[in-house]
Amino acid sequence: MSAAVVGARPVRGRLATAVAEGRFAVTAELTPPKGADTAALRRAAALLAPHVHAVNLTDNAGAVVRLASWAAAVAVAEEGVEPVVQLQCRDRNRLALQSDLLGAAALGIPNVLLLTGDHQSAGDEPGAAGVFDLDALTLIETAARLRDEGRLGSGAALSSPPRWLIGAVENPAAPPLAFRPERAARKVAAGAQFLQTQFVFDVPLFAEFLGRLGDLGALERCAVLAGVGPVRSRRMLERLRHGIPGVVVPPSFAARFDGVPDARFAEAGIAYCAETVAALRSLPGIGGIHLMAFSWEEAIVEVLERVGLAAREPEAVAQ
Amino acid sequence: MPRRCGARPGADAVPLPVPASAPAPRPRRPRLGARLCYRLGALLVPNRLWRGVGRSLERHPSGYRALHRVEAGVKEAAFGCRDCGQCALPTTGYACPMTCPKELRNGPCGGVRADGGCEVFPEVRCVWLVGYERAAAAGAAAGFAPLLGPLDHRRVGESAWVNYWLERDGSPAPRRGALHAGAPR
Repeated sequence: MSAAVVGARPVRGRLATAVAEGRFAVTAELTPPKGADTAALRRAAALLAPHVHAVNLTDNAGAVVRLASWAAAVAVAEEGVEPVVQLQCRDRNRLALQSDLLGAAALGIPNVLLLTGDHQSAGDEPGAAGVFDLDALTLIETAARLRDEGRLGSGAALSSPPRWLIGAVENPAAPPLAFRPERAARKVAAGAQFLQTQFVFDVPLFAEFLGRLGDLGALERCAVLAGVGPVRSRRMLERLRHGIPGVVVPPSFAARFDGVPDARFAEAGIAYCAETVAALRSLPGIGGIHLMAFSWEEAIVEVLERVGLAAREPEAVAQ
Repeated sequence: MPRRCGARPGADAVPLPVPASAPAPRPRRPRLGARLCYRLGALLVPNRLWRGVGRSLERHPSGYRALHRVEAGVKEAAFGCRDCGQCALPTTGYACPMTCPKELRNGPCGGVRADGGCEVFPEVRCVWLVGYERAAAAGAAAGFAPLLGPLDHRRVGESAWVNYWLERDGSPAPRRGALHAGAPR
């Protein structure tokens, strides 16, 4: 069982250490199960454990009900993986968000990722109320206040301040393109220390985003992890192109799969993803990568092996 | 059924354009040009006169109601106003962020489609994208979308103008003390 979670309060986790030391950070995303059985989640976590600094546990992503992020985080920590608990604003008001942030701290969870959240209309409860009482920016600001000033949003003092690393997301490929670095920089100013992006298929566009963030001084305070993932099948390619809001697949990237037979598709997906990672790695100022594979964890390991990033972890978790 | 509005003195039972069971927010393209909006908005910036008017209206419920009806009517027609009582228009290119399906007050979400369509209503342009373009076109990009605190739900249904003049809307004036609007200071 990892010392990072439950009972211990880590001063600094693996991800925080990698970020602080300016090393190329690798995180991956796991989706908690639609149910209370964590066996498959634990297997996936154990597979990734030697290769990543931390694993995100999504929070009802796509507005589909799944096991709570914090509970999934406890499960993966027991497999030796450092968790990143995700918290979105769609399902909770400012009271619940703050109490969940404190709950994550009480469990010793070293990283939180704070985001607005997909709209409920896309999920399995389209009739649900969308809360959006805070947004990503005010939630980040609130979390930073909890941690750095030991005070709640109301101004009330906390008995002991929490100590997580605060993360945020941004989508460099969503309009208005010129405003995205500015928005990301605001999240950094509000307190974000690492930033994971939506899928990057257009490396030059991402490079521009990163460069602009550097100009804004945000890279000195925040590690930017580019979102990447292997495309497994033609169906997944179509889903990425049309089914997930905010994901932009340039026609030139999609066209690379045109002549690929179905039997070789997954192989090509891994190869192209590894190429993207290699290209991203050479960008000045990049903080790392965030891998999203939709339950295809073997491919994550494969991609990391191809680019020489596999099996670098774990280092000891500082206590 | 008209919705009853907030707790401002004399502001009870004012029929408002947005009923309690208001349809879900949907991006709305403003009907007034951006430059004109900024010019009109400049006329409403709090000063001694407007503060006096605000204080006086609070003592005169019928006047408060009349002003609020005008404000809500004009803003509904021009921007699809949802009567949040804490108007953000001067910082959003005069495109109403409360018509965003997520009612985001601090910029566009990551779900904006490549063609500029809203995540929830793909056929409608993202209201934040519209606001960004309007602010840029009107030369107001520098003041676009400063960090706003969350909505104070107690002030929904009040006159945003009066709240603006009396600096009770938490935005865009700098917030003091507590992080969340309306919290004890």
